[in-house]
Amino acid sequence: MIRLLLWVLGGTLLGGIVHLATVLILPSLATQDAYSRLAPIAPVNAVTPLPPPTAETAAIPFLDPAFAISVCRYDLTEGPIKLSVPVSPAYTSVSFYTRSEVAYYAINDRAAGRRVIELDLMTNEQRGDLPGDEEVTAADRLIVESPTLTGLILIKALAPEAGMLPAARSALAGARCQVQHPQ
Amino acid sequence: MRLLLGTLLALTIAAGIGLGATWFAITQGTAYGGVTIGAWTAWPRVGTAGIDPYARAMVARSGELPVGSGDGVAFYARGDDAGRPLDGRCDTALEGITPQARYFTVTLYDPEGKLVANAVSRQGFTSQELMRRTDGTFEIMIGPRARPGNWLPTGGIERYLLVLRLYDTPIGLATRSGREAPMPTIAQKACP
Repeated sequence: MIRLLLWVLGGTLLGGIVHLATVLILPSLATQDAYSRLAPIAPVNAVTPLPPPTAETAAIPFLDPAFAISVCRYDLTEGPIKLSVPVSPAYTSVSFYTRSEVAYYAINDRAAGRRVIELDLMTNEQRGDLPGDEEVTAADRLIVESPTLTGLILIKALAPEAGMLPAARSALAGARCQVQHPQ
Repeated sequence: MRLLLGTLLALTIAAGIGLGATWFAITQGTAYGGVTIGAWTAWPRVGTAGIDPYARAMVARSGELPVGSGDGVAFYARGDDAGRPLDGRCDTALEGITPQARYFTVTLYDPEGKLVANAVSRQGFTSQELMRRTDGTFEIMIGPRARPGNWLPTGGIERYLLVLRLYDTPIGLATRSGREAPMPTIAQKACP
């Protein structure tokens, strides 16, 4: 009887470990996560406008239909990326996600404080390779460090009224996301 | 023989408890750090690098991209103020004011995060589209049948959820109570 209880207790403890392990591993095994859903429609290191979400089709769930949304699926292997997004009249934001959809950085037009949001995206290592003086002269450059080599940039422009969606979309048409120094 | 049976028993229990708990955690929405105000709950930490493993697993499973904390914050409501689950066949009133934000949007989704088809192609309101009363408050009528004023159609689906997204807002990680963030009330009225 005691032996049976011990086996049950051992199984329960092991169950706890299984639970924690599966929760931690699940994000890396997911095949229907946002990155996997966007990979077929979004080429690497280019800005792709997402089709507006409708009841029948949506690139990913829970998109805000009041926004024009473009996405840049980035890969920093070849070097840092330069991102420039002209701000729309209402509200524009840029959000950065790692390969496993961790939102590590987001900025809106007011925080950027300019007519064009300009950012350099690089890994911690690539930032270390920046020449020292360049960092000084480019003090006004906004540098974002990506924790992973690949990931997603979500660029959004609000259409405060439904009729302003084309204007928001055309503002995003000027967005650029490309490798700085192709090697 | 006893050793083998015991090991089998222990492994079965481990698999059952472990996988069962994981399934429960990621389907029932048990992320940490939720801020609940009235019928609304937000998880501001989900939009940061400090997201907890449970929320990461849920995000990976659903396929959504959480709103980044530098962008805004999203509040979800699956029930009304009395705790009844939101039913698309009922008439529901969303009323009051919202916390300070440059813009907000209210959007209606089905439980999987898809928009709901309807004849007027209305899936939500932005703060600028809403018709307001003279004191600045607003009322959105949510239901299957057309209403004057701000009507948000449900298409008659059984279950839906509302997402209130605040953009460029001081509401976030530090928000604790409804005094800092006055949220609109949700009242389900006439159900067939």
